[in-house]
Amino acid sequence: MRRPALAVFGLIAALLAGCGASPGGDGEDTGAKAEKARESSKKIDVAKAGDITLTVWDQEVRGGQRKQIERLNAAFQERYPNVTIKRVAKSFEDLNTTLKLAVSGDKAPDVVQANQGRQIMGQLVKGGLLRPLDAYADAYGWADRYAKVLLDLNRFSDDGAEFGSGGLYGLSQMGEIVGVFYNRDQVPEPPATFAELERQLAEAKAAGDVPIAFGNLDRWPGIHEFETVQAQYADPDAVRDFVFAREGATFASPENEQAATTIQRWAEKGYFTPDFNGTGYDPAWQQFTRGKGRFLIAGTWLVADLADAMGDKVGFMLMPPRQPGGPEIALGGESLPFAITSKSKHPDVAAAYIDFLTNADAGRVLADTGNLPAMQTDAEATTALARDVQEAWLTLTEQEGMIPYLDYATPTFYDEVSAAIQRLLAGRTEPEQFTKDVQEGYAKFAERR
Amino acid sequence: MAARAASPGEPRRVAYLYLLPGLAVFAAFVLLPLLHTAWIALFEWDGVTAGEWAGLDNFTALVTEPELRTAFWHALVLLLFYSLLPVAIGLLLAAAMARTRVRGLTAFRTVLFLPQVIALVVVAVMWRMIYAPEGGLINEALRAVGLGGLAQNWLGDFNLALPAVGLIATWVMYGLAMVLFTAGVQKIPPSLYDAARVDGAGPVREFFAVTLPGLRGEIAVALTLTTIAALRNFDLVYITTGGGPGDATTVPAFEVYDRAFQSGQVGGAAAIGICLAAVIFALSFAINRFADRGLR
Repeated sequence: MRRPALAVFGLIAALLAGCGASPGGDGEDTGAKAEKARESSKKIDVAKAGDITLTVWDQEVRGGQRKQIERLNAAFQERYPNVTIKRVAKSFEDLNTTLKLAVSGDKAPDVVQANQGRQIMGQLVKGGLLRPLDAYADAYGWADRYAKVLLDLNRFSDDGAEFGSGGLYGLSQMGEIVGVFYNRDQVPEPPATFAELERQLAEAKAAGDVPIAFGNLDRWPGIHEFETVQAQYADPDAVRDFVFAREGATFASPENEQAATTIQRWAEKGYFTPDFNGTGYDPAWQQFTRGKGRFLIAGTWLVADLADAMGDKVGFMLMPPRQPGGPEIALGGESLPFAITSKSKHPDVAAAYIDFLTNADAGRVLADTGNLPAMQTDAEATTALARDVQEAWLTLTEQEGMIPYLDYATPTFYDEVSAAIQRLLAGRTEPEQFTKDVQEGYAKFAERR
Repeated sequence: MAARAASPGEPRRVAYLYLLPGLAVFAAFVLLPLLHTAWIALFEWDGVTAGEWAGLDNFTALVTEPELRTAFWHALVLLLFYSLLPVAIGLLLAAAMARTRVRGLTAFRTVLFLPQVIALVVVAVMWRMIYAPEGGLINEALRAVGLGGLAQNWLGDFNLALPAVGLIATWVMYGLAMVLFTAGVQKIPPSLYDAARVDGAGPVREFFAVTLPGLRGEIAVALTLTTIAALRNFDLVYITTGGGPGDATTVPAFEVYDRAFQSGQVGGAAAIGICLAAVIFALSFAINRFADRGLR
């Protein structure tokens, strides 16, 4: 009996010795690596690049998104028959959970959609796994294609420490805004100010209607709801500084507390779907399409579904400002950016591919397939609702009135802020405590960074 | 040939050689990953850049971090719904089926076992609809019979969410317990039941004197299986509540997923995983020890 026990012990010891190194990383200087990548980047004639297979990981799998990427991929391969695009389509969740392993492996894809923020893009940049696109941006003129706020969302310093400035690491195709959808039958005159909106909410409640359709069982919708209100109180630069973790930024500000007070009051007064914390996101907007809810605070990704269900009975506007005629500020951003991996053997072809996905022709394909193009385009929206959305998008990008998603802020911020908002709306924390709690988790990250 | 061959049937050293292939597979797919996980748990690692040695910090965090303490506490509460309730219901059903001769017993048994056959993801999606405050089966049924006041915000209430998730597990698990127990009951000699009846035992007495002791082994198996399922519960929480509202339904396995794949705390996730494995091992060991002692 003693001998096999010894053998097992020896085996364990051998195994331990086998993994006796720190996990991950090759200790390379990411800054130098990024510089080298920039120098070697150039605009090439793809047709003369020889036979190439480009592996692309994307999550453009739903409705209009799928249509546009399939059309653009086909067009690219038709134009450059020497390039084969090997598309790996995944759901958003699936992509995010497998991406880190995929791009650090030996058979890394060439082009990937790497979500903005510190959770995904930040960590990949920190690990030196993405290629900076600045040289390509100069060569292809990408800066003229996008508003500055949009490019900033895809920027990181080469060591991954600074977010919102530094090198460009990806380009997005589509814009998204979180705004206010309203039922034209029930809201004949859309409110022009925040106070007027609150008045209409009170009216709706008194009439026995659901003022705002809202389902927060999935946790993230609460972030959109809160930030839409926050945008009316906080200075957009303060929100950006916070998300980009700039010096001195804090969540525990009087403005955020005011916003928290307002949205908690809405919940207390019954302005949301009853039992919203137990209602799913999809059932909530589906109830809105059936007339249960005069307003719906949601993202433009619902445009196609809402238009299908309600036709021209649905309208879209940005959350009205507190001052009449004041600047319109809204939560907004862009779809997951396409990025090039450091391990790609054909970065120049990959850059040409990304250019192709985001040029003016692509903009027309996007509008044609019911998407909101993020880049400047002369494309016309196809439905009344899509026109409302496009107008709002232009206003926001021109006035730089867009604030980024809060959950980009730290790797753990999504969990922290979504849980805190559920507590706030259920009346389990006071607004002041809410801002303090959220700030606490954020401060921990700032310390460790 | 050796001068003195060992007598047949005696253990020989060469026998260990035959164990080698099995051991190699076990080592490659269980031991090695387990040890590697334990090793990673000693680092602060985001999954991409080089890890930083953290010693036992990730393990002390299991005790000091309130979120993790809550998660482990929730797992214990879920044990009640995953393990004790299904075993109790299973025993009740088995006892009832042992006493009466129902027509079409097999059909009933199949129907009662059905939840166990459905993929958990499907179960979770289905129950999310059943629990929906508006249009969900439970609340609509309550309203239909005039008990609208009892309609609840099942998954969105901070106090109700965990029991609500737990009840789904009870629904899934009791079929397994029941099938194990009905099979076990058939193995108890009918003469014992006859003797009990001759001695004048009623149904309750009969259950405690004959059925329950006879099922000790099956109960241990059912408890072990359901306990393991309870502690590694991930899918139900992930799909129904995502750990919410607040952190009312977080469980260790969900934290493992969240930390390893979402927030880049791979070291911490590994530590939770190791700890969870240890707890599962200790509990199943205790349950089987208890059952063995009883048998003697």
